[in-house]
Amino acid sequence: MQIAVLSGKGGTGKTTVSTNLAKLINVRYIDCDVEEPNGFIFLKPEGIKSQEVSIPVPYVDEDKCTHCKKCIDICQFNALVHTNKVILFEKLCHGCGACRAVCPTMAITEKDRPIGKIEVGYNGDMECLGGTLNVTEPMAGPIISKLKSMIDDKTTILDCSPGSSCNVVKPLLGVDYAVLVTEPTEFGLHDLKIAVELVRKMDIPFGVVINRLSQEDNTTSRYLKDENINIVGTIPFDRNIAVMYSKGELLINDDKYKKLFTDITHNIEEAIGCSL
Amino acid sequence: MKICISSTVDNINGMTDGRFGRCPFYAIYDDATKEYEFVANDGAKEAQGAGLKAAQQVVDNGVEVVITGNVGPNAMRVLESGNIKIYKILGDKVKEQVDYYNEGKLISISKPGASHMGIR
Repeated sequence: MQIAVLSGKGGTGKTTVSTNLAKLINVRYIDCDVEEPNGFIFLKPEGIKSQEVSIPVPYVDEDKCTHCKKCIDICQFNALVHTNKVILFEKLCHGCGACRAVCPTMAITEKDRPIGKIEVGYNGDMECLGGTLNVTEPMAGPIISKLKSMIDDKTTILDCSPGSSCNVVKPLLGVDYAVLVTEPTEFGLHDLKIAVELVRKMDIPFGVVINRLSQEDNTTSRYLKDENINIVGTIPFDRNIAVMYSKGELLINDDKYKKLFTDITHNIEEAIGCSL
Repeated sequence: MKICISSTVDNINGMTDGRFGRCPFYAIYDDATKEYEFVANDGAKEAQGAGLKAAQQVVDNGVEVVITGNVGPNAMRVLESGNIKIYKILGDKVKEQVDYYNEGKLISISKPGASHMGIR
């Protein structure tokens, strides 16, 4: 069972929902927001083991190169240019290997270029995984794929990136349920609609958590009602929550908020029709 | 010698384009024949690496001088490695640029501009 937590808009509380939920039901947590990972701040895993992630980039042996430019023509990402020799722009390279495949003189070999790292640690007996993309690197995909390859079919909560880009689609592939976190503002609603469109297109059953709720009747709840979307939980607009968050504390340490997440868990269980 | 000017249209009476990588056309002037040839910029519609694709096209056309507004860091590296001189557009008409160049009025560009300038 895999449950993804996404939002469309950034800063709506994905990490709050996913870390608290994962700890409450004691299942594996993965921080897939590799550009801005902060789940470990709340879960504080110990005994962290780290491994490097790299992508293969071409290396051209100039003695063997016949300047046929086949590698330049095949590259869909414009990462290779030929002036008097082949020049690689490695940040544009997706590591697809097409240039190596078309080279008639086998002048191209591949070298690994590190783009980030993956960390695995434990909070009690709860497994926590997270990836970090190196600063200035443009491509998070390979790290997310690597993270997903490291898990089995045990229940896992995936904390996604904001938005609806490839970095969100990648973790969503093969998940059983999606929790969409939103806030009752115009921006929140706008981006929620994009996220809804995404999960509907991908045929993933989903429910919504409304965070920072100050009044029950708002444009977001009206939209959800009109669209027949299940609200699996709400988190109030509460100063105390902000204080706990800013200290890096899990909300479930407080009994009042623990009840909120227990309710969310029950609602998700009901929606997917089995226990977590 | 060939001179390449980034242009908004395929006409010498048209306006120049300050973007190097994502301008729609290049006016390529050959001072041996005194004639202009217009080529569509292959880079303009690329999802990524527009400047690189454009620079490759300029290199492949045997251009020695580029007159444009802004060259990104990647395209700059390609043009430099192809020993192409880069100058800043003066005024806004395509046809005036070659005269300005011959009169020595153009200022050379030696530093790359911001990347992704042409994406709007």
